Amino acid sequence: MTDDKDVLRDVWFGRIPTCFTLYQDEITEREAEPYYLLLPRVSYLTLVTDKVKKHFQKVMRQEDISEIWFEYEGTPLKWHYPIGLLFDLLASNTALPWNITVHFKSFPEKDLLHCPSKDTIEAHFMSCMKEADALKHKSQVINEMQKKDHKQLWMGLQNDKFDQFWAINRKLMEYPAEDNGFRYIPFRIYQATTERPFIQKLFRPVAADGQLHTLGDLLKEVCPSAITTEDGVKKNQIMIHGIEPMLETPLQWLSEHLSYPDNFLHISIIPQPTD
Amino acid sequence: MTLKSCCPTMPNSLLWAVDIFGRVYTLATAGQYWELCKDAHLEFKRVSAVKQCCWGIACDNQVYVYVCSSDVPIRHREETYENQRWNPVGGFCEKLMPSDRWQWSDVSGLKHQLLDSLVLPSPHWEWESDWYVDENFGGEPTEKGGWTYAMDFPATYTRDKKWNSCVRRRKWIRYRRYKSRDTWAKIPSHDDPKQLPDPFSDLSIGGWEITDEPVGRLSVWAVSLQGKVWYREDVCHPNPEGSSWSLVETPGEAVQISCGPYDLLWATLWEGQAMVREGIDRNNPKGSSWSIVEPPVPENGIMHVSVGVSVVWAVTKDRKVWFRRGVNSHNPCGTSWIEMVGEMMMVNVGLNDQVWGIGCDDRAVYFRQGVTPSELSGKTWKAIIANRENDRSHTGSSSSLLSAGCFFGDEVRGSGDSLAPSDTDTSSEADRPGLVSEYELSSGNSRPCPESSAVGSGAQGDSSEEEAALSANREGKAQVTAPAELPWTNIDLKETRKASAHSAACYAETTSLSSLGLFPMGLEEGYGADDHPLWAWVSGGGCTVETHTVLKWFTIQSGLSTSMQTLSLSITPAQTAAWRKQIFQQLTERTKRELENFRHYEQAVEQSVWVKTGTLQWWADWKPHKWIDVRVALEQFTGNDGTRDSILFIYYMFHEEKKYIHIFLNEVTVLVPVLNEAKHSFALYTPEKTKQRWPIRLAAATEQEMYDWLALLSTSCSESRRIQGRPSPQAIWSVTCKGDIFVSEPSADLEALTHPMPCDQMFWRQIGGHLRVVECNSHGVVWGIGYDHTAWVYTGGYGGGFFQGLASSTSNIYMQSDVKCVYIYENQRWNPVTGYTSRGLPTDRYMWSDVTGLQECTKANTKPPSLHWTWVSDWYIDFNISGGTDREGWQYASDFPSSYHGYKTMKDFVRRRRWARKCKLVTSGPWLEVAPISLWDVSIIPGCEEGSKDSIALWAISDKGDVLCRLGVSELNPAGSSWLHVGTDQPFISVSVGAFYQVWAVARDGSAFYRGSVSPKQPAGDCWYHIPSPPKQKLKQVSVGQTSVYALDENGNLWYRHGITPSYPQGSSWDHVSNNVRKVSIGPLDQVWVIANKVQGSHSLSCGTVCHRTGVQPREPKGQGWDYGIGGGWDHISVRANTTKALKSVSRETMEDNFSRTTDVEEGDGSGESSFFNKTMLVMNAVQEINGSAVTC
Repeated sequence: MTDDKDVLRDVWFGRIPTCFTLYQDEITEREAEPYYLLLPRVSYLTLVTDKVKKHFQKVMRQEDISEIWFEYEGTPLKWHYPIGLLFDLLASNTALPWNITVHFKSFPEKDLLHCPSKDTIEAHFMSCMKEADALKHKSQVINEMQKKDHKQLWMGLQNDKFDQFWAINRKLMEYPAEDNGFRYIPFRIYQATTERPFIQKLFRPVAADGQLHTLGDLLKEVCPSAITTEDGVKKNQIMIHGIEPMLETPLQWLSEHLSYPDNFLHISIIPQPTD
Repeated sequence: MTLKSCCPTMPNSLLWAVDIFGRVYTLATAGQYWELCKDAHLEFKRVSAVKQCCWGIACDNQVYVYVCSSDVPIRHREETYENQRWNPVGGFCEKLMPSDRWQWSDVSGLKHQLLDSLVLPSPHWEWESDWYVDENFGGEPTEKGGWTYAMDFPATYTRDKKWNSCVRRRKWIRYRRYKSRDTWAKIPSHDDPKQLPDPFSDLSIGGWEITDEPVGRLSVWAVSLQGKVWYREDVCHPNPEGSSWSLVETPGEAVQISCGPYDLLWATLWEGQAMVREGIDRNNPKGSSWSIVEPPVPENGIMHVSVGVSVVWAVTKDRKVWFRRGVNSHNPCGTSWIEMVGEMMMVNVGLNDQVWGIGCDDRAVYFRQGVTPSELSGKTWKAIIANRENDRSHTGSSSSLLSAGCFFGDEVRGSGDSLAPSDTDTSSEADRPGLVSEYELSSGNSRPCPESSAVGSGAQGDSSEEEAALSANREGKAQVTAPAELPWTNIDLKETRKASAHSAACYAETTSLSSLGLFPMGLEEGYGADDHPLWAWVSGGGCTVETHTVLKWFTIQSGLSTSMQTLSLSITPAQTAAWRKQIFQQLTERTKRELENFRHYEQAVEQSVWVKTGTLQWWADWKPHKWIDVRVALEQFTGNDGTRDSILFIYYMFHEEKKYIHIFLNEVTVLVPVLNEAKHSFALYTPEKTKQRWPIRLAAATEQEMYDWLALLSTSCSESRRIQGRPSPQAIWSVTCKGDIFVSEPSADLEALTHPMPCDQMFWRQIGGHLRVVECNSHGVVWGIGYDHTAWVYTGGYGGGFFQGLASSTSNIYMQSDVKCVYIYENQRWNPVTGYTSRGLPTDRYMWSDVTGLQECTKANTKPPSLHWTWVSDWYIDFNISGGTDREGWQYASDFPSSYHGYKTMKDFVRRRRWARKCKLVTSGPWLEVAPISLWDVSIIPGCEEGSKDSIALWAISDKGDVLCRLGVSELNPAGSSWLHVGTDQPFISVSVGAFYQVWAVARDGSAFYRGSVSPKQPAGDCWYHIPSPPKQKLKQVSVGQTSVYALDENGNLWYRHGITPSYPQGSSWDHVSNNVRKVSIGPLDQVWVIANKVQGSHSLSCGTVCHRTGVQPREPKGQGWDYGIGGGWDHISVRANTTKALKSVSRETMEDNFSRTTDVEEGDGSGESSFFNKTMLVMNAVQEINGSAVTC
């Protein structure tokens, strides 16, 4: 029988086939071939695109190179969102591979954060982790860890080492046996159609009457528009890691199994494709 | 992954409580609802529970015992002897000489004992069958008729009639069975009416830890209304009612009593002090004298006490709760009182010194949280807010209560007359005389009112609603009272007619001391405010709460989660939920969609070699052997196909030269944790190391570090062999002497006729948990037995223990605990001046030592086996040691070391006694407890036809020696449903069921038995056939395969049962096969596997080694020689699941390859390997270096 642990593996080893193309206005010395890569869904763009950068820099003049950034169909891609989230939010239901345009000029200051080095990503990732644990365990678990454990989490992500990462991360997924779950569920809800970056509120995994909250309960509470229907037809897709869990799925289970490595459930609300 | 998966398996132990209406409820540790006691027609004042039963005083003032039902009957064997003498005329006949014994007598011949004179002791017993003659004589069958012969009475009897046999006798047996289970059985009062104890007001049971003999012995203490203390004689498992009450002298008049599991016994006195029983021990469970303990505050006497193993809690008249400091066996009085937070009506100490109380204001049951061995006083009181399962009766009573209150109104007070009629009525019917006699007795006691104001909420200990309401009313109205003449009842009491005229308030006052009042002061208000149950009494003596126990008592559970709580092996609803299926399915689809056509794309992150390095210690190969610091590195490669392989490097210095050894993890056969107090180490075996009996031993600085390495290496080994998940149904299971569980996947050629796979190449991986015995069958049904005899069933999970996170299945892992004893010996030598002293000769062993005498082991310096074990008892003298002991536990011998006997002779100059201390391990693993019967042995039918609907035959021996047959066992329900008891005339020790339902068993006298006619239709068979043991040997274990039957005797000889045919399944004789065997397991292919006592390797000797019989064929079932596998330190193996037959086409080449590879691996002195084959006897050479074996027994 399939084990819940297999879900963790499937989530971790999720890959998005991507085709990187250099932006047409970038000045090159030779023609730039597109670059194909399998991007880990759970990682960050700037963490896994060294090869892309190298590939395109080869055909460019040194003076034309400044900070790399990515764009999909006119939308600059935030490197501090996990790749899987960006894809689900912007490009799900489109043909694969995912076509990403690579820029080296005109950094969109108002849309993107700078990412001068991997330390920046690490800082961002660890701060997300800490925020998540603050919600789950009042930061008790993450604070009890040693520096090397924090490093192991980051190195696990950076080097795509599932075992290395989960050896530590499992501690963040525990909770006292007398409770039925975390204190609050770390989640963020993103909507493709709004300007607001995301919704984040305090939400407990267990209701006052002891019942487990479900994904549906969460959405009803914090984003009721997401689950409205029109003539019995769903208007939106609720997507995590490229799948649509049923609204009956217990939130605690989702948090334990479908969270990104930063320990947040990143939930995308996207309009139901029309066909 | 999460702690929730570690939800402990709790045998359903029960908390007992009585509500203010006298109804008895139980709350299970795994439950969430108070359940009304099954036999609910009686109302109770007091209950005192232990695991197996509950005693109570009902409102009719009678004492009742509620014996919990069990699949094993309570049986008692009556026996009597028929004696005959030979005379020349009539041969043996009933005519005896005048000086002879009775023709029918007891065993001694002194007591005349006819068959008919033995009657059932109470209505709660029934005869199992009629009288029959015992034809078994010390393990040997007698001639027809069961006669045994002797020259004269009394003498030694033999089974054979000789020329000088002048007398003979035979034993008649009849079993009676206790039938009143799961019901309140009235304790019969045969006693002389003049000595009849007056009605009891309090009762307490305990003392089961004082001694094991007889089985299930309990101390039952009671206090009568006159303040006398009584002890119930002879209460034990086979005699749950006991025999009679004996009076125990007391220095004052007792009010209430509490008996702990061990030797603590406290009682409260009218004057407010406590009296403490001294001198309770194994030889004198009644104790010898009383000491007085003053109350904490003189003006507030002690109203209530409750004791545990080493704690005493008390409640004083002002309802304050007190904890007694410094209480233990040597000082049962303790040292001082500490006041605790909270006000209670009563407190009760249960198992593990856990504490419950009844709140003073709200009458709720409180549980003391945080009570641990190191913090016996606990942390806080937490109210149990579990609902009652059935609240209808509650509302019904509440209305009747209120109406009763209305009816009586305010005028009730002071008018004794209005009370009288109902009392006399009920009492004359003798149906509910409880409250009456109690009134009466309080008057009889003629006690002056200490204070006129009501103390707390004193009222009657009865539970009649009207009465309760009445007393409550009386209580509610101030202290205005009028003298009342109370009516007499028909209970015959001395001293009763004394000072009957006392104010009602005074009665309320005094009785409130004798029995806790049932109502608090503001009753109506308190009751109306919320409708939670109001409790009068609680008893936790049968309720096991441990530190890891998760209780669901403190929250109101919703309906849904209730069903989720049910622990069972079937798939939980959550796992079958649609949402889960959908997620699995969608993830699979996603992977397909996003990856299938793009596998040729480059990975963004390259996979690389991952290295874990660290510093460990290594037990060096060269002499002198010692631990040396080494650097270790584990390199893991991931191949393109995703498979992993790893190499472990050990870098060391040898004569200031840097060197290293390396081990390919795919060659490692087993990793064994070796915990002792000195080192956190583990042993690593390869086939070569197994042959040498010299594993690579590595130690880490901390236990955690050791487990990190062990888990990583184990996972890597399994990965490199592509073994993961749960073991296959064919897996071979084994257990080490440390209780660690290992499992091996049998390869097809393991049982090949020619060139079988050498068993030192078998790969073993560890499964979490702690067991003494594990037995399996080919349907994946696996059972285990812990050191504490708890039965466990395998849940289908894997991991647990130190395998955390990914190496462990997310579900089916539960908490598991085990208890075992650590033994040390006290040695003394006799000298002519002072007798036995602890001063020995200079050459003597340590005066406190281990069994060998070589190691000094004092009480203070002896530690539990490892950090995982914690002491759960104090040191106590162990009387259960072979050879027997005297009353103080001493065994005598002429000199050390020697064989010991339990009595002193003139030639004895030394003596020893064994001290034991219990320690406990809490771990986790894929095991669920099969409560409540503890087991000694278990056997599962090795295999039956695929798809057969018959349930799987499973036989077991209980720890008391009962033979049991499990019903309802199937692949889907491996735990089965219930036990069927199979009657025997003596306790058994081993059982085995073969592939064709051949059930063989071994009795405690060392003889074997064959059970006839066992079949799926008749799972328990029909009768036992006695099979004598091999000459002069006592058998101890039997194992039945497909057709082979093997037995093992106490001297380590392995016997094959010869001459078994379908028409004669008992066989004809025992053939000797081998010596030096400790355990045997015969598989469904008739394969023979044993644990050998001692096996000599090229480097060292190992004790407890897995061995495989080679050359076993249908024509040659006894085989030819032994092949040696993993060990030492192995204690048990079960091959009964392995039906994997060798494929005919096992290529010779691969086999050759395997062999050559093994030889390649061997470096240096690979001496003597070839000699390991073809030995008909297990080798046992002179002792070399035993310390080479990682685990020694």
